[in-house]
Amino acid sequence: MKLAYWMYAGPAHIGTLRIASSFKNVHAIMHAPLGDDYFNVMRSMLERERDYTPVTASIVDRNVLARGSQEKVVDNITRKDKEETPDLIVLTPTCTSSILQEDLNNFVERAQIEAKADVMLADVNHYRVNELQAGDRTLDQIVQYYIEKARRKGELPEGKTEKPSVNIIGISTLGFHNQHDCTELKRLMADLGIEVNEVIPEGASVNNLKNLPRAWFNLIPYREIGMMSARYLEEQFGTPYVDITPMGVVETARCIRKIQQILNAQGADVNYEEFIENQTLYVSQAAWFSRSIDCQNLTGKKAVVFGDNTHAAAMTKILAREMGIHVVLAGTYCKYDADWFREQVSEYCDEILISDDNGAIGDAIARIEPSAIFGTQMERHVGKRLDIPCGVIAAPIHIQNFPIGYKPFMGYEGTNQIADLVYNSFTLGMEDHLLEIFGGHDTKEVIHKGISADSDLNWNKEAQAELNKVPGFVRGKVKRNTEKFARERGFNEITLEVMYAAKEAVGA
Amino acid sequence: MTVAQEPQSLQFECETGNYHTFCPISCVAWLYQKIEDSFFLVIGTKTCGYFLQNAMGVMIFAEPRYAMAELEEGDISAQLNDYEELKRLCVQIKRDRNPSVIVWIGTCTTEIIKMDLEGLAPRLEAEIGIPIVTARANGLDYAFTQGEDTVLAAMVHKCPSQAPVKEAEKEERNAISKLLNFGRKKEEVVAEESEYVDHPPLVLFGSMPDPVVTNLTLELKKQGIKVSGWLPSKRYTELPVLEEGYYVAGVNPFLSRTATTLMRRRKCKLIGAPFPIGPDGTRAWIEKICSVFGIEPKGLDEREAQIWASLEDYIQLIRGKSVFFMGDNLLEISLARFLIRCGMTCPEIGIPYMDKRYQAAELALLEKTCQEMGVPTPKIIEKPDNYNQIQRIYELKPDLVITGMAHANPLEARGINTKWSVEFTFAQIHGFTNSRDILELATRPLRRNSSLKDLGWDKLVKEEAKV
Repeated sequence: MKLAYWMYAGPAHIGTLRIASSFKNVHAIMHAPLGDDYFNVMRSMLERERDYTPVTASIVDRNVLARGSQEKVVDNITRKDKEETPDLIVLTPTCTSSILQEDLNNFVERAQIEAKADVMLADVNHYRVNELQAGDRTLDQIVQYYIEKARRKGELPEGKTEKPSVNIIGISTLGFHNQHDCTELKRLMADLGIEVNEVIPEGASVNNLKNLPRAWFNLIPYREIGMMSARYLEEQFGTPYVDITPMGVVETARCIRKIQQILNAQGADVNYEEFIENQTLYVSQAAWFSRSIDCQNLTGKKAVVFGDNTHAAAMTKILAREMGIHVVLAGTYCKYDADWFREQVSEYCDEILISDDNGAIGDAIARIEPSAIFGTQMERHVGKRLDIPCGVIAAPIHIQNFPIGYKPFMGYEGTNQIADLVYNSFTLGMEDHLLEIFGGHDTKEVIHKGISADSDLNWNKEAQAELNKVPGFVRGKVKRNTEKFARERGFNEITLEVMYAAKEAVGA
Repeated sequence: MTVAQEPQSLQFECETGNYHTFCPISCVAWLYQKIEDSFFLVIGTKTCGYFLQNAMGVMIFAEPRYAMAELEEGDISAQLNDYEELKRLCVQIKRDRNPSVIVWIGTCTTEIIKMDLEGLAPRLEAEIGIPIVTARANGLDYAFTQGEDTVLAAMVHKCPSQAPVKEAEKEERNAISKLLNFGRKKEEVVAEESEYVDHPPLVLFGSMPDPVVTNLTLELKKQGIKVSGWLPSKRYTELPVLEEGYYVAGVNPFLSRTATTLMRRRKCKLIGAPFPIGPDGTRAWIEKICSVFGIEPKGLDEREAQIWASLEDYIQLIRGKSVFFMGDNLLEISLARFLIRCGMTCPEIGIPYMDKRYQAAELALLEKTCQEMGVPTPKIIEKPDNYNQIQRIYELKPDLVITGMAHANPLEARGINTKWSVEFTFAQIHGFTNSRDILELATRPLRRNSSLKDLGWDKLVKEEAKV
């Protein structure tokens, strides 16, 4: 047993559901107790989804516990097959079903006889893998399933596309800025004259997965999701993959050069050097920003970076290499892939922290006292408490990290967004100096009464105590409304009764 | 649609139970705040932790007095000793937080692996010297708010069984305030006592924010009824005394286990009343308590009328409109009854679980309200099926759907007004004073959408071409 207040990566089934519901017309059925379908709330809330999340639960209740699921799971699968006519139904085990040890494979086989849709059991062990690993695995499983299916039916298309083309693998729902990254990557491919063959899983149809081998190469923007599929496709079809995350000016260039090399090896004759130079020097503002006097003021400032492998590694490199910021500590919660992270960042930071214990990161931040933190929502809250600004760069995230405006982290527009994020997270240059010279902001002492809300009315003890129980953000309003009510009726003392009367009358 | 019909009795149906609701472990979020000296330990898996972390959003960051005892593979396969593991964690909690009580929340996993929490608790309690309350708030058996029911039912056993000789201790603690009030205190107490009618002790049950506790207590005080205690109280160490023959009354519709436990195990007498939600409910609740104690209620007519008058601006927005409850928190019957009294119609009340005995008075009031308002009685669907409900919603086109967050955005995108049901659980909705807050919530989508209505954006999904 582990005492835990917070976790960075979710349970395995979340990863499976993220993949399944990213595809078009794929339905996931969770074998789970009541209340475990919280994924639907997250997707509906965070992504502001207009459509129903294609996830239902086959409820495990007391009866199931006593007698087994029997027909229930099979019935739920065939019912969903009729109601929604999905292409694929993914039966998703949860922590509960992994200990019930029901033969879910058998349910899948039985349901497959009747269902028009393909039916598959997500092959993930709740106690061994987390959300990210499960997502990677499920995507791989679905890709393999449809490649094998096409192969059996002899429907696997021959050869590559005429022009250089790419599969972008790993864009998924509830991923950090995934939608924006996807748009930016497509734009980048268009600029490079590369056709986008398939984007998976987001918005893809499983019927198109058989086309994956037609691409000249695969691009895996995120370390966490897509690597297994890329390796499978390489092994089966010899499709090379690029796993350099195009995040930051230097890495984007490196990614593009790698693409160039791969394409040329297959007989294309492309040279992207001019494009890279033009983008770097004149289109993206990030390289110029690093050179500008603003960024000078950031030189040597201390920062802490924490997040998933992809974002924490890329951010560390950007801060250290492109902005001259002193990254004291870089860390990741992807413990299962720690070696990769160490290798990526070791030359760009003083310390490396591999941990999924938020307390350990909090303590490290308190000890280091950086000028800024780049982390998850958890680090943002640590920053709030310690009065250190924080830019959010990785999941776990809240609704404010699903912006409506265009905010990619990848590609050349991504470099601009990151420059803004970094710049806004540090106290601005000149302001910083002025604060030093004048000894801090002078805002405490009241100079004029404009923003004061003190009044002449007397609150008795009980009423004052009651008022203090009102949550801070509405207390002022309640106070004003109550006093207005009291004044209008000529009370000069505010008692509990007056408070309630005011509330009843004006909704104070 | 609202043509007066023959009075019908309520119809009950039961569907498949494929519906969306919160896991009952969510009760720790409000109970740890209510019981200030408690610590809640949820013994479960990452799934439970992930739910709490996301559902409780910002509260997680405020140093909550709850945590997960996250079960690992070794715990499931019994390679690790449950007792030793729990002891290790509880000792750590005692060291770091020093709570007056640790509440263990059993989950689906502890049920399935049959971890004997009730058996382990007394042993560990004796060993570490902190009371341990065990509640099985799991998704196999319960929905959302029923979590609170399991915790309160477990706490009933911990309530002292006779009034301790409290005076001495209390005076000790209040030494300073006594000094300050020198000479005045005694008269005050006497004066206060005399404001109450002589009646057997009454204990109320149900976790309420403190302002609502004060409010309802004062409301009863106006009738001369003294509230001897409240389960739960602000602190675990202040749990109310429960002696045989005490009267108890519930303030929330989802507390049936607690009510049963109070009756069977502590020999208390349950006052079965409608719940104090809406001015009609509050009045009926007070009247029922008064009638049990043989008190003639004073001034309730005017009080209720005055509240209704103050609600008129909101009622105008919903009068004649229809509301559909998909069902997820067991407040549905009371809310529907109040909204019908406000002039709405209600074709369907979905509800996770319907205790017809505990809610008898509330159901009777619902039926009576429908007759008096001349509207058809709603169909009450226990264990609803969300998919079927959505088909019915498309057919019925209700003006307002009260539903969970999983369906709210998709329904809004299809031009159907929704209100997120969980807000009713966290908002203050009890008593005369808070009636306005219920309508504030219920009318919000209507007010918002009427201010957008000329934009022509009510349907924001393309019609799906179904194969």
